[in-house]
Amino acid sequence: MSVVEQAAVLPAARPRPRPTARSVALRSLGVVFVLALLVFMVGPILWLALRAFSNVWPYPRFLPSDWTMKWWHSVFADKSLGHSIKLSFEFAPVVTVASAVICLPAAYAFSRFNFPGRRFLLVSLFATNAFPKIGLYISMAGVFYTFNLMGTFLGVVIVQLIGTVVFMTWIPTAAFSSIPRSLEEAARDAGAGPLRVFFRITFPLAAPGIFVAMILSFLASFDEAQGTFLVGIPNYITMPTEMYTLVLNYPEQAAAVFSILLAIPSVILMSLARKHVMGGRLAEGFQIR
Amino acid sequence: MSESTTPAGLLIDRVSKDLAGRTIVDDMQLEVRAGELTCLLGPSGCGKTTTLRMVGGFLQPDAGAILIDGVDVSRLAPEKRPTAMVFQNYALWPHMSVFKNVSFGLRLRRLPRREIRDRVEQVLELVGLTHHMNSFPAQISGGEQQRVALARALVLEPKVLLLDEPLSNLDAKLRVRVREDIREIQQRVGITTVFVTHDQDEALSISDRIAVMSGGRVEQYADPTTLYREPATHFVASFVGAMNFYTGTVADGAVEIAGGVRVPCEGARRNGGAPVEIGVRPEDVMVSTAGDGAEAHVLREIPRGHYKELVMQLGEAEVRAFVGPEVSTSERQRVRFARAVVYAEGVLRPSTEPAPLR
Repeated sequence: MSVVEQAAVLPAARPRPRPTARSVALRSLGVVFVLALLVFMVGPILWLALRAFSNVWPYPRFLPSDWTMKWWHSVFADKSLGHSIKLSFEFAPVVTVASAVICLPAAYAFSRFNFPGRRFLLVSLFATNAFPKIGLYISMAGVFYTFNLMGTFLGVVIVQLIGTVVFMTWIPTAAFSSIPRSLEEAARDAGAGPLRVFFRITFPLAAPGIFVAMILSFLASFDEAQGTFLVGIPNYITMPTEMYTLVLNYPEQAAAVFSILLAIPSVILMSLARKHVMGGRLAEGFQIR
Repeated sequence: MSESTTPAGLLIDRVSKDLAGRTIVDDMQLEVRAGELTCLLGPSGCGKTTTLRMVGGFLQPDAGAILIDGVDVSRLAPEKRPTAMVFQNYALWPHMSVFKNVSFGLRLRRLPRREIRDRVEQVLELVGLTHHMNSFPAQISGGEQQRVALARALVLEPKVLLLDEPLSNLDAKLRVRVREDIREIQQRVGITTVFVTHDQDEALSISDRIAVMSGGRVEQYADPTTLYREPATHFVASFVGAMNFYTGTVADGAVEIAGGVRVPCEGARRNGGAPVEIGVRPEDVMVSTAGDGAEAHVLREIPRGHYKELVMQLGEAEVRAFVGPEVSTSERQRVRFARAVVYAEGVLRPSTEPAPLR
């Protein structure tokens, strides 16, 4: 890499050094590694994509022997599938907004105030991710039965919220922490009250981090299957829970079609967030002291 | 701008502040006259920034009061105080253009758009940045950011301008230029100013008066010349400028330092013969190859551009002298003191203060 760059920047200054056997070996090792990674990451997706259009795909063949659109037709024709897509797009925004309302004030407090137990609370948010989810959901189900939340919209929202709390707190906490306090003080000095300082200075500066957190929450809610399955069934069946039924009751090609549909919002939202993720906002999430 | 602001005095009246169980500011008393530029000078941790933040309203004093124009502002929030601060890191809002930054406070006051535009243009002209009106902070240099921060503070026509080590993020050359700019603007606007710095050079060159702080108290509050010529305490003498210190006795016309070395000293008067601390500025050390001076030999010679610094052995002690380039570089020299200040228990002894020679 560096050899190439130098040569590009200083074409006349120095002749390009002859590659040694060692550097050639290193470079080809790198290429092999990247290719392997590509096969592991893109391979399954490619297989899925082919599968969704295949009718017959006998074992040793590299490509399917017979192509078809019938799985797509059957998925779109199934009413319950359409309904689950609609439901998913209802839950995800509700959960994201609720999560923001709950977690953003907490994130601001974590970043700006030093209260007893601050670190412990911040780290304990990971607890929901540390245990096997299904165990957590089963004990939650016990509580939900007591409060008649099983099979309700609110119950599903709560169970999906659990998975978003970590992003919605840590990333905005980092975003708030990265804003020097003097920026807020300068606004106070210029005559703005605390609320105005928050909405004119703090919030706009933290917005990219909050935006990323909201996208991740949206996706976490959108892709959440286990808890939604446990709490929502039989009234609320979202796209990911529908997958369970599909895998069991339909040929796997229909599941492939559905997986692709499920991936579309993720791809769109991630490419929206890409700018901010690449800008290091996501990385900031884990630099809180 | 200057016409509408009548300069106001600032009084820091017996203010104390504890932070995290440590006394940072200890019963401090300081008066800044209207239109005056006062520097708070001291090493880090001496309480100078804490004092400034209390004046700005970002900290509440534990005891005492802060008065601006005779009005107690100690309990007012920063947004209610007639002060404006320039922060060490400038604290410009990165998501706003220079115009938006400077006009922020005016827009909060809901002034007519025309007036906002006029006042921002006026103040940007004062700091010489009208061409950067629509730039964003990240697009302009450190020195320019500094001036935007100054403009943002001045546009609100505060009664007291507060500067918290405003030059510490600039490189040496720029620092000298910007400090002169700040002084010039301050004098033109005629605004009462408190300037916090740990750089004595900065303080000496722009202040009307300097308050040297140590341990949360003001050690000395005086104009730059007095501060340099007659440092009131041993701390001030060692903090401001370079100073040779000796323990010894004072006789008539000479001082006697460790090892029984007798150095002729203009204006020295015998006072009881008790051992005292004797301070001599390097430029007050007279060096010649002949005469009645005490014998010293040169250890090092450090070129300083327009002058030379000589490090010499004087009996058991070392003496540093600033001499002109015309002084011959001979190893043996004779040393006299043109002027000395004498301290007993760390405090200047006025009775032994020799009459300034030059």
